[in-house]
Amino acid sequence: MKRTQRDTEDSFRGVRRRAFLMGGAMTAFVAVLGARMRYLQVDQAEEFRLLAEENRVNIRLIPPARGQIFDRNGRLIAGNEQNYRVVITREDAGDVEMVLKRLASIVPLPPEDIEKTLKEVERRSPFVPIIVADRLSWEDFSKIAINSPSLPGVTPEVGLSRVYPLDQDFAHVVGYVGPVSERDLERIENPDPVLQLPKFQIGKVGVERWTEAELRGRAGQKRIEVNSVGRVMRELERLEGDPGDDLRLTIDAEAQNFAQARLGDDSAAMVAIDVQTGDLLACVSAPSFDPNLFVRGISQKDYSFLLENDHRPLADKTVQGAYPPGSTFKMVTALAALEAGVITPQTGVYCPGHYEVGSRRFHCWKRSGHGTVSLHSALSESCDVYFYDIAQKVGIDKIAEMGRKLGLGVRHDLPMSAITEGVMPDKAWKQERYKQEWRIGDTINASIGQGYVLTSPLQLAVMTARIASGRAIEPRLVRRIGTQDVPLPDAPPLDIDSQHLASVRRGMYEVMNGAHGTAKSSRIADETMLMAGKTGTAQVRNISAAERASGVVRNEQLPWNRRDHALFVCYAPFDKPRVAVSVVVEHGGGGSAVAAPVARDLLLYCLTGGIPPLTAYPASQRGTIESRFNDMKLRDFGADSTTRSRA
Amino acid sequence: MSFLEYRIKTAPSGLRKVLHLNWPVILMMTAVAAVGFLMLYSVSGGRMELWAEPQMKRFGLGMALMFVVAFTPIWFWRNMSALAYLVSVALLLVVEFFGHVGMGAQRWINLGPLVLQPSEMMKFTLVMALAAYYDWLDPKKVSRPLWVFLPVMLIVMPTILVLMQPNLGTSVMLLAVGAAVMFCAGVSWWYFGAVAGLVGGAIYGVFALRGTPWQFLHDYQYARIDTFLDPTADPLGAGYNIIQAKIALGSGGWAGKGFMQGTQSRLNFLPEKHTDFIFTTLAEEFGFVGAFSLLLLYAGIIGFCIVSALQNRDRFSQLLILGCAANLFFYIAVNLSMVMGMAPVVGVPLPLLSYGGSAMLVLLVGFGLVQSAHVHRPR
Repeated sequence: MKRTQRDTEDSFRGVRRRAFLMGGAMTAFVAVLGARMRYLQVDQAEEFRLLAEENRVNIRLIPPARGQIFDRNGRLIAGNEQNYRVVITREDAGDVEMVLKRLASIVPLPPEDIEKTLKEVERRSPFVPIIVADRLSWEDFSKIAINSPSLPGVTPEVGLSRVYPLDQDFAHVVGYVGPVSERDLERIENPDPVLQLPKFQIGKVGVERWTEAELRGRAGQKRIEVNSVGRVMRELERLEGDPGDDLRLTIDAEAQNFAQARLGDDSAAMVAIDVQTGDLLACVSAPSFDPNLFVRGISQKDYSFLLENDHRPLADKTVQGAYPPGSTFKMVTALAALEAGVITPQTGVYCPGHYEVGSRRFHCWKRSGHGTVSLHSALSESCDVYFYDIAQKVGIDKIAEMGRKLGLGVRHDLPMSAITEGVMPDKAWKQERYKQEWRIGDTINASIGQGYVLTSPLQLAVMTARIASGRAIEPRLVRRIGTQDVPLPDAPPLDIDSQHLASVRRGMYEVMNGAHGTAKSSRIADETMLMAGKTGTAQVRNISAAERASGVVRNEQLPWNRRDHALFVCYAPFDKPRVAVSVVVEHGGGGSAVAAPVARDLLLYCLTGGIPPLTAYPASQRGTIESRFNDMKLRDFGADSTTRSRA
Repeated sequence: MSFLEYRIKTAPSGLRKVLHLNWPVILMMTAVAAVGFLMLYSVSGGRMELWAEPQMKRFGLGMALMFVVAFTPIWFWRNMSALAYLVSVALLLVVEFFGHVGMGAQRWINLGPLVLQPSEMMKFTLVMALAAYYDWLDPKKVSRPLWVFLPVMLIVMPTILVLMQPNLGTSVMLLAVGAAVMFCAGVSWWYFGAVAGLVGGAIYGVFALRGTPWQFLHDYQYARIDTFLDPTADPLGAGYNIIQAKIALGSGGWAGKGFMQGTQSRLNFLPEKHTDFIFTTLAEEFGFVGAFSLLLLYAGIIGFCIVSALQNRDRFSQLLILGCAANLFFYIAVNLSMVMGMAPVVGVPLPLLSYGGSAMLVLLVGFGLVQSAHVHRPR
């Protein structure tokens, strides 16, 4: 084809025009791209920088070491034990199944555990370490360490876990830790993120739970760089946390152990308290259990055994148990009457064995009656009629007021679980609780610690200590947090005439040392540690008139859970009180026979700082006491037990 | 003196051709490739042998081929156009039936050490064929329907073959490049208007028929469109790529995080970091300054090509250069729009930067044609 010069010139111009247009369009689009670049990289840079950091940086928490708990003399109650375990990492192991098989030939590894590990390994990313075995013995752990060349991907690790070396002695006071549950998280406001760590444990009950804030410490942090699949590339920054504060309790671990052993398998509770400071020296609920079971994850079998036991080992009866105080309440009635001025210590009341109000007849425990009794003999012989009479004169409201003054019906604030307030009834209380008028019979029942009155062993111990010291001491469980001593709570003098207190104390002295004292067989013979106390036997059933007519069924003939509670409160030395003890033996029978000897043993233990010398006991009892002590299985606390300081 | 004689007489010959090459374009292309080596070195975490070294070897081979093509007179290439086009279409048919399947698409022919992607080749042979066609055609007839229908068929045929692979990105680019050459050849505006209307209708149809048995695209292609429209809807799935790419870009900021300091690429948050998304690493490590400089380099290459086309009085050469420039432009425009979240993820590499053999070789050979046209331009 032949083209003219003009044609080619035209076509050249045409293409040029279009090329200009295209170039212009391209330039415009390049400008758009540039603007977009600027928008992303300059205008929004900050936002994207943050997103990139979020991508890159993970914050991992370093769990803090939990504070340890010691007794008043520095004996370890709750500590942290090195926990040997092995983990496996899939990407290093290669053939996980083969490696696990080899591992099982070195240490015992149940097949179902291997199965579980295999599943877990498959589910997780190849670089995530999975725990194969936990709480290995040192021997097994070393065996694995030695064989590590033939176990690719298996790494022995050391972690910390809670351990209670005194196992059952402090199961109730100190409680135990366990893994964080959903319910725990709901309970806590603003939960510490460390709680989300797998296998992190928090206090579940007792001191462990109620001083959680002090014990836990502050988690450290490490900022790590991760890649897109979460593999840790390097540590960027590490911020060490603070370990939790150590606690020092007021309790003497040896006295606690002695008390626990002394109560044995009875369903009972016993509290020993320092009369002057309020320090709890022993706080024992029996039967007990091993808290280490809970830390390790208790088996269903063990747990249901504890749950179904009718002696309720899981309950802390010292603070949770609310029992009718029985005759141990009589000091309250007496003090109320003395303070109200309706009686003097010399006022006599005739006890014919019963007391009539209107058409109702209230019986004294002694059917034949005590004859004419005054305050001292009424206390020492525990005459009921005397207290029926004076209670009627003083009225329930004054009695309740005195009860509260002595620490009954009041919740004592201790870092323990489910502390009961008990019941210190008065007219307003009954009106509110039952929408009923207070009746005279209610006063009469309350005067001897029956009816509506409910108290915990802790409250009884506080009451006794207050009577003994004349001051409103408050119980204290924690002596020191970290390096900080916990100040003693204020103990102002009770607003009670010292003469009246002295009279009641005298009556309690007569209980132990008087010729007719109800607990005279449990007295302390050592002149320097003479004891004052009060027995109590609390009915847990109503005795009908018919039964009374045909003769009250003896306790031993009743089924266990229908028998009376045996109670006893005491303190010593009488002239210079140091320690008060309260004991409740559930369905134990009579206070003097069952509760008083136990209380005396603990009282002496606390006063003498060890197994009581036989010389402290009346000569006739020394043989039985000695063989009892020989039969008791006490923990061996080591050689330094003689050099300890005493309360 | 005939036009042909005129050309032969005045075109430089022998090694003197070296002096007449379009050196700014060569230098800028080398600069871009050098940036590419740097980035490949960076994303491999400092392992030369992984991507940077093979890429350098390919660039060297491509450069050599470019010179060979550039030294060959442009009229030889014009005469080869029809053949080249037919060979490309034939190769497309071959991959359609015998090609390797990879990434859900048939795209490759394995030629021993070299993996050939005929669809890449097609982009340049299509430009050659169209340029030759319009050089042959009387400029007065370009807008007549029959003479418009013919080049449209030349474009559509390979486009359909590529779409069947399926490779949406390349097929769209074939259409665009073809249209660009037709536009430069002077085809009437009306046709472009009509096509624009048709495309609008087709897009409507694509969405209207979605979910019915007659839907046009594969599900993954629909997914890509959805992702483009709202990447945050599926941040860990289909939207992951684009979100992470934008984070990488944006976090680079003004001056970037520094060479080999890009956390997004180093920690593997970036997808396809050495191929389609390599620009994000550049933008992350060298910031706006680096990214914009690269954009200017590309614009410079295209600009010099267009200037070269404007100076060239040979119709075939003009259209060829413009077609190749448009080709480069569309590559860049689609890739950058994609990584900056302005277009759906369609799998188009960034020329000279992305790791990959055939695209780079084909591009350099294509630009050999541009150089040849420049060297052998009528004077």
